Amino acid sequence: MSPGDIIEQLLHSGVGIATPLLLAALGELIAEKAGLINIGLEGKVLAGAFAAFAVVVTTGSMALGVVAGMGAGVVLAVLFGFFCINLRSDQIVTGAALNFLALGVTGLLYRTLLQGSGAATTISPFPNVEIPGLAKVPLIGPVLFNQNCLTYAAFGIAMLVAGLYWYTRLGFHVSAVGEHPRAADAAGIPVNRVRWAAILIEGVLGGIAGASLTLAFSNTFNEGMSQGRGFIALAIVLFGRWNPLGVVGAALFFGCATALQLLLQASNIDWLTNNYPYLQMLPYLLTLIVLAVASGSTRAPSGLGQHYHRE
Amino acid sequence: MNVISKEWTGPLCIVLGISALIAVALAPFGESPADGFATFLQGAFGSPQKICETLVKMCPLLFTGLAVALAFQTGAFNIGAEGQYVLGALGAVLVGSNLEGVPSWIAVPLVLAAAFIAGGIWGGLAGVLKGWRDVPEVISTIMLNFIALYWLSALIRGPLRNTVSGLPESGEIAASAELVRFVSGYRLHAGIPFGILFAALVYLLLSRTVAGYKMRAVGFNPDAAKFAGYRPGLIQASSLALSGALAGLGGGVQVAAITFNVTDNYGAGCGYTAIAVALMARLHPLAVILTAFFFGALEQGAGALQRSLGVPLAMVYIVQALVILLTLVLGFHRPGERISEAETA
Repeated sequence: MSPGDIIEQLLHSGVGIATPLLLAALGELIAEKAGLINIGLEGKVLAGAFAAFAVVVTTGSMALGVVAGMGAGVVLAVLFGFFCINLRSDQIVTGAALNFLALGVTGLLYRTLLQGSGAATTISPFPNVEIPGLAKVPLIGPVLFNQNCLTYAAFGIAMLVAGLYWYTRLGFHVSAVGEHPRAADAAGIPVNRVRWAAILIEGVLGGIAGASLTLAFSNTFNEGMSQGRGFIALAIVLFGRWNPLGVVGAALFFGCATALQLLLQASNIDWLTNNYPYLQMLPYLLTLIVLAVASGSTRAPSGLGQHYHRE
Repeated sequence: MNVISKEWTGPLCIVLGISALIAVALAPFGESPADGFATFLQGAFGSPQKICETLVKMCPLLFTGLAVALAFQTGAFNIGAEGQYVLGALGAVLVGSNLEGVPSWIAVPLVLAAAFIAGGIWGGLAGVLKGWRDVPEVISTIMLNFIALYWLSALIRGPLRNTVSGLPESGEIAASAELVRFVSGYRLHAGIPFGILFAALVYLLLSRTVAGYKMRAVGFNPDAAKFAGYRPGLIQASSLALSGALAGLGGGVQVAAITFNVTDNYGAGCGYTAIAVALMARLHPLAVILTAFFFGALEQGAGALQRSLGVPLAMVYIVQALVILLTLVLGFHRPGERISEAETA
């Protein structure tokens, strides 16, 4: 393989790996813009992955699988919203609890429903679809325009979020609620309704992120398979400086770094194959380093983590 | 009396509610809820042997639960007890396996000190990142958990690999570095009273010392603490280090008393369970003793349910989630939790 082919392959799988990270991070971006920090995103990704897989195994319909993934994310979002918006519970504690809930429920259902029944444990994932014409452009074509439908959807949603954020009143209202809930309320923006909308959208996106793990990236489910992707998505939002395009860039960066790690694991370099846990460690180490570099110089929405209730 | 009963109604409701839920959840597994629940209790408390095993399961949760409670009290959300526990265990093995022939009264303290320091470094790393670069400890401690697990995995396949068995596990620590077991035939070990002693020490530190007062002040209101002339960054960094040290000590005790070496995924989730342990205790160090016992019994009983009825162990996670959510419903607020502007203004 020529160096050019290797780079092309690396970038192609990087974009694929970035897909669930991007979807989850876009959801978290919207929630954080509205002032909600949700570490339960990890659980949404896991629940989405399981629900999508289970529905595809039982019904055979990929579309229903994606819908089920969204549904699982929304269920967790409703719980989060109820606790953090209505009961005004601590957002981080609630998020941690919902992660346990997702881990427990998916583990329990997987063991009792899927493993016990001896149903098929793999599915045929979404195929890559070449976009006619564009796929022929050198380098960019094969990297960007020969991906699966969920990857296209992820980048489409990113553009949509960016457009809404910069060019509509809606985007402005969400930011206002996250920056200064009281002022937003005084200006007539329904603070808690905006927050509910934001958290439900995060549920949908977190759920699709999970669905893309089982229906596109892999073809099976295993317990705890989200592997910290929801947490990395939180770091991506921070690294992307709460900017939709920044989030796209940060997700691609992590995707390509993971792709490089996988490529190195498959290489024939002796030291690397003997010490593969160091390669597996790489995405998390990178997250930590990126956080150390990117934090400090950025500012989170100032209402982040704050409850709001009217006097 | 009134105060005590009010303090304990919440946790009592939680225990009763969870028990009822477990009983109902057992119905699909073929036995009546009553029989299933009896199996659970039998597994956790059915004989002196089983009570000892429940106490053995409680021990790591006691140390990690204390670690989380201490950090939360100071306003630092340490979700990294898992990784700190693993680092503590690694430190204990590194030192302990080089102590052949060293008398116990030197070897045991050395092993535990190594665990304490190693866990403290891991927690302190998150603390430094928070104080120096404003990195949210929620994310950094989770990343450090993953890093610790893969590092452990690399070490037991590389330099620490057991040369006798050839398996991906470390060699054993010196016999003289092992902790005392009280009754032959039972795994009841000195680490358990040692953990209870630490619960008392953490309680005294937080409620009776100037350092503890400062830590809680920073947790309660970092801005006010700053105006009082404290350095919130430094204090939070050191409480994260101390929190990590406690979790690390838990890992060291487990190595010195039960496993004598380290294997893959050594924490097995005890650092995450610790969050539920600490919250159920409402972050009170002495109450952590009871809640750690509750979760130790849950783990032990769940094991029995899995063996006899095939109930997946994942049930334990659901119980953890419910405990935390019920604690929130009962009105738990973390010290220094950001309340609405209207309330602070």
